[in-house]
Amino acid sequence: MAKQILSPLPGTFYRKPSPDQPAFKSVGDAVAVGDVIGLIEVMKSFNEVVADQAGIITGFPTDDEEPVMAGQPLVELE
Amino acid sequence: MAINVLKPGLSTTVQDLGRPGYYHIGIPQSGGMDSLSLAAANLLVGNPAGAAVLEAVFMGPELEFTADAVVAVTGADMPPKVDGAEQAGWTSFGVKKGQVLSFGFLKSGARAYIAVSGGIDVPVVLGSRSTYTLGALGGHEGRKLMAGDVLPVGTGSGTAGRTVPETLRRKPGAPAELRMLPGLYWHRITEAAGAQFFDDTWKVAPEADRIGYRFKAGTPLEFVPRDQPFGAGSDPSNIVDACYPYGSVQVPGGTEPIVLHRDAVSGGGYFMVGTVVSADMDLIGQLQPHTPTRFVKVTMEQALAARKDRAAVLAAIESSLS
Repeated sequence: MAKQILSPLPGTFYRKPSPDQPAFKSVGDAVAVGDVIGLIEVMKSFNEVVADQAGIITGFPTDDEEPVMAGQPLVELE
Repeated sequence: MAINVLKPGLSTTVQDLGRPGYYHIGIPQSGGMDSLSLAAANLLVGNPAGAAVLEAVFMGPELEFTADAVVAVTGADMPPKVDGAEQAGWTSFGVKKGQVLSFGFLKSGARAYIAVSGGIDVPVVLGSRSTYTLGALGGHEGRKLMAGDVLPVGTGSGTAGRTVPETLRRKPGAPAELRMLPGLYWHRITEAAGAQFFDDTWKVAPEADRIGYRFKAGTPLEFVPRDQPFGAGSDPSNIVDACYPYGSVQVPGGTEPIVLHRDAVSGGGYFMVGTVVSADMDLIGQLQPHTPTRFVKVTMEQALAARKDRAAVLAAIESSLS
């Protein structure tokens, strides 16, 4: 089964550090444990989502600026 | 006995039932956002209902125990684990010296209450151990927990294996419904806007926190035209400064209602459409961002009846555990 990075928090998912900057990671990029893959905004703060697994990104099941629940897949890896 | 904070979670604070009595000088009551879950957690571990516990929002902490203790986790469904072994919520369990309490992903609700037999023994400030982070008052050094903190715990004697019956645990519905009594400034909006306010399904904004719960995605309110009163701001939603009750629903600019909660400011210049009944304030503490929510109009009689029902639930929990 493909590996997934799950959202630790409910809130709004952002793939970019700020609107005018490129995404943290894109499909095809390598991810190491500890890499930041996105941000979750909740309670007026932006919280980094850190990869707990390594691999190559095959997809982002949650779009940029979409609402997320805790435990929802954000990144798929192989 | 002490607890070592290995990981703090997102925003974990020490809370009890709050410090009422200072709102008139600008100090909010603070205390658990879901006071019934807080009281239930305490009763499960043999503490008085108002002992200090940890309130963890959205994400649980990792805590190492330096002595044996009895623990209970209530409120949000965020499975507690002892050295990785999952434990039931709303049920007391033992933690041995050296073991680590951690949490799985949040499944529902927003805030978990972690009670430890003996209670979290931080100093009492103005009659309460609750944390008011904006004022850097109470709790553990007036702030949310950080890794490396050591929390003193009082002496207690709890019993593992006690549980609150499922029927006495309250969860938000879908949509969540908050009963609201229209207030003194209701006349500021048109009749059509007032009706629409209750018809709309709002959504919890991601910035909702202990100070206030903001809701969005409803229809902007239409105001009744007026001459700007002396002392009020120029926006139609401005009033001459007034006291803000706990639970009051202000709508700055008429766009996004904010329900003032445990750490709110005590006054200001925004009109309030009404006040959420005390019986439903706990429910707000369990709302996640984006949760669909409706406001339901009630009368004072219905509000008081709801308060009575709420007290009966706490009494039923108390008697089921005694």
